[in-house]
Amino acid sequence: MSTLGMVYFYVCAALAVSGALAVVIARNPIRSAMGLLLLILSIAGLFLALHAQFLAAVQLIVYAGAIVVLFLFVIMLLGPSASPPLDHRGIVGRAFGGTLFALATLTALAAVVRATLSTHRTMAMPVPDSTFGGIDAFGTVLFSDDLAPFEVSSALLMVAVIGAVAVAKGRQGLPGLSPGEKTLAHVPAHSELAHSGVFRHDIEAIDTPAAPGTDVRPSSAAAASGADPDSIPTGRPGRPGQPGEIAGTKGDPR
Amino acid sequence: MIPIEPYIVLSALIFTIGGVGFLVRRNVLVTLMSIEVMLNATNLALVAFNRSRLAPSLAQTYPGQSHTGQVFAFFIIAAEAAEVAVGLAIVLALYRLRRTVLSDEADLLKN
Repeated sequence: MSTLGMVYFYVCAALAVSGALAVVIARNPIRSAMGLLLLILSIAGLFLALHAQFLAAVQLIVYAGAIVVLFLFVIMLLGPSASPPLDHRGIVGRAFGGTLFALATLTALAAVVRATLSTHRTMAMPVPDSTFGGIDAFGTVLFSDDLAPFEVSSALLMVAVIGAVAVAKGRQGLPGLSPGEKTLAHVPAHSELAHSGVFRHDIEAIDTPAAPGTDVRPSSAAAASGADPDSIPTGRPGRPGQPGEIAGTKGDPR
Repeated sequence: MIPIEPYIVLSALIFTIGGVGFLVRRNVLVTLMSIEVMLNATNLALVAFNRSRLAPSLAQTYPGQSHTGQVFAFFIIAAEAAEVAVGLAIVLALYRLRRTVLSDEADLLKN
């Protein structure tokens, strides 16, 4: 029994660590989301081993059923823009910060483990009641002594839903936003690249090189204003043949 | 049953991986997922500590063993759902404004 428990723990632990690594390492955000799903499932398995059956069910329903699906919705909504091409600007600083954080955390972990091992022998956990962690006991606690935070958390979720709708809806429904303002709002982050003949992947047609010498900026501004800001679901503004594209904004006689 | 220490070591390991991902990755979606990884690690530690102590409950209405760690993990899950909803809405707003999901291109306050 004990050996079986050890095997179960180490299988779940290996899956959890590989899932977490997949979240961090994967280039494609969909693979990151799949890694997150693997992590969540294996942590639900560990909750079961820890006699927290209700939390394991909540973990599966809320995380795997809602949060990962929400991530996938947004990734699909953004389309290829969700996985922008690799570029190495600032990689040194970020790698330095990440290494420093990892070293600090692992050093603290090693110190804690050494202190634990030197003070007392590790002992097995006590045996819980048969009702421990079940929905009966958990619900009794949640609806009697922890009732106030439970109600406050419902208010938190309500505020979060309203805030998410308000933020994601944006301002495009309001009157008084002239097309000029829209154009200004949609000038991309590196609009100076438009003059250097480099690839514009963010707002122009995908991988269409801007011909050097031609005046690109007005056409890109026109494409930016022509691309409907409502057309996020179609992604990729300005892709040829896309319904959101207004023909003729680029001087195309077609 | 196995002791609590492997759970705590595993939790710290997952937390470290999530923290490194949060600091290193530029894609805002992956950054949000790294936060999820870190919060999952803290949930695992809370539930493991709850399981290892099994103190008698201080609740007046419930005579059994204390569920404090599990209740904390439950509320963390609720807060996390709220955080993901708002975070993804902000990602959509950023994409609508700048056509990017990279965190270092959200530099509207620069200059």
